[in-house]
Amino acid sequence: MSLTTGSRPDGTRPPAAVEEPAAAGAAAEATKGRAPRGTGKAGKVPFRVRWHRDRALILMTLPLIALLLVFHYVPLLGNVIAFQEYDPYIAGNGITAIFHSPWAGLEQVERMVEDPLFWDATQNTLVLFGIQLVLFFPVPIALALLINSVIRPRVRAVAQAIMYLPHFFSWVLVITIFQQIFGGAGIIAQTLESHGWSGFDLMTNADLFKWLVTAEAVWKDAGWGIIVFLAALSAVSTDLYEAAAMDGAGRWRRMWHVTLPALRPVIALLLVLRVGDALSVGFEQFLLQRDAVGAGASEVLDTYVWNMGIQNGDFSYAAAVGLVKGLIGVALVLGANKFAHLLGEQGVYKK
Amino acid sequence: MSLNTTLIRSLKAPPRPVWEEPPSRAGLTAKGGLLLLCCLGVLGPLWIVVVTSLSPKPVIDQVGGLVVIPRGITFVNYTELLGGGQVSRAIMVSVGVTFFGTLFSMAVSVLGAYGLSRPGSLGHRYLLMTIMATMFFGAGLIPTYLLVQALGLTDTYLSLILPSAVSVFNILVLRAFFMGISPELTESARIDGAGELRILLTIVMPLSRAVIAVISLFYAVGYWSAWFNASIYLTDQEMLPLQNVLIQLVQKGTEAPTGLQQAVHTGELSSLGLQMAVMVLALVPVAVASPFVQRHFKKGMLTGAIKG
Repeated sequence: MSLTTGSRPDGTRPPAAVEEPAAAGAAAEATKGRAPRGTGKAGKVPFRVRWHRDRALILMTLPLIALLLVFHYVPLLGNVIAFQEYDPYIAGNGITAIFHSPWAGLEQVERMVEDPLFWDATQNTLVLFGIQLVLFFPVPIALALLINSVIRPRVRAVAQAIMYLPHFFSWVLVITIFQQIFGGAGIIAQTLESHGWSGFDLMTNADLFKWLVTAEAVWKDAGWGIIVFLAALSAVSTDLYEAAAMDGAGRWRRMWHVTLPALRPVIALLLVLRVGDALSVGFEQFLLQRDAVGAGASEVLDTYVWNMGIQNGDFSYAAAVGLVKGLIGVALVLGANKFAHLLGEQGVYKK
Repeated sequence: MSLNTTLIRSLKAPPRPVWEEPPSRAGLTAKGGLLLLCCLGVLGPLWIVVVTSLSPKPVIDQVGGLVVIPRGITFVNYTELLGGGQVSRAIMVSVGVTFFGTLFSMAVSVLGAYGLSRPGSLGHRYLLMTIMATMFFGAGLIPTYLLVQALGLTDTYLSLILPSAVSVFNILVLRAFFMGISPELTESARIDGAGELRILLTIVMPLSRAVIAVISLFYAVGYWSAWFNASIYLTDQEMLPLQNVLIQLVQKGTEAPTGLQQAVHTGELSSLGLQMAVMVLALVPVAVASPFVQRHFKKGMLTGAIKG
């Protein structure tokens, strides 16, 4: 850290804080008001000097900061309408209307607690999260172990290329493909009908919807998920395998005692991230299939916010639901990370 | 001759580690079977979609739906779709939004990531925190929607680009890569009097071609696949991108794109064939682009995962 700040000359001026010993150090001591040799702390360099040195870097980040301020932080503040009786038509535009709308305190939150539809959406969300955790999460790990056990580089490369592909398809495409295969006019229904069966339509079946969406998610993203596991596997030293083999461990025991422990930190990290995101089981996927299976089966918290706010125009209420969901999400990330630390794993950020 | 031998050599498996016993026939078969199944699970549906889009109407009618075995290839669906009308326009919109959106996202991201790539520079810590904090707390759909409306961006293409122009994760990947470039290189340029922008353009970016290609692909795929913003911010049918047209065609049960309905009703074209052709048009760009940057994925994702 101190190396990059200290030893970087800025062309016209003498080095601000020099870390190199001997000759350069003497130069630094000769310059009055400079940081003493060896500290190299950025804070010791006068602000004007640092500004002159770093202004180009700061200017470069300005477009990014401006974008985030306008499209992230301003809407973040806009969440105050969750505590209002917000009316978008009360003044000039949707933003100035915030300053004219009456306050409502926690009324929207109370409404939410008493709203059975909200609880239905919450229940769907949690059930879907549970199913995804059990049926989706382990699939990339298994696939990565499978691919990793293939020695021929060509077979590996081709299989990986094919498995990555669906990740790049939009949800619209993925759902359409499923519809063409499992839908009422799809290829399975067709085949069954030509053999005298009838009435097969997975896409409008509310009872099977949760399995369907999980299957879609696996098809789309399981192949992509193997990247990070393969990376972790390629970092395992072959010495470990060799030593285990010397000790008489067979194929499976080597996997159990060498390969899986190597994956442990990555699995813990991804699990923490997944749990932190428990309330976001997917948005586009559910919105696109909402019409086909009905809100009862497909409504999750994200689509509920969309429906109440953008469809029904109940902005304050929808914002309240979104805000509560966001707050619980942050709490979940922090909690899951804490839990990972307790288990002795690193988690998303360090202690 | 020599080409042949190199080909054969490359197909041969590399030597096994001495401690590993040769695989059993049953094990190999099971492994190969599983892999084949996975690959067929991905390619099978795509095959059916492509073949149906290339089949003439009599074949589709005879089968009664999707076609698995191609008979009588025809490009009539594509020539009709691309000969003007709703789908041609939607493709132009999608290509335009993807191109300019990716350009804009990359410009902002590369500049920002470079600006943040020197720990200890003035305000580094605060700027980084401002950016990282957005990863933990999303602004929410409703306030964003109201803001875009209030800014007067509805019914403009800017509403498809600006609200989701940058991904902080992508920026952290870029930043991690830039930080990995040896400081001696940039320093020597600085001594020669080069400014930061010049260093970025002439030294850092050429060295980061791989990661820049990967991140560009991520942004481009994001713009190409996006449909939600268009569905809430655009009211003008003529402005809709390809994904939204596909939703109307398949999800909402519209038979044929505007302009081709006559041809479907008179029996010249098959609505299913047309729909599958729109599908292919939507998936071809990503299917073609992704293998080119594929070999960089692992590297790019790793730098992001470790240092980000």
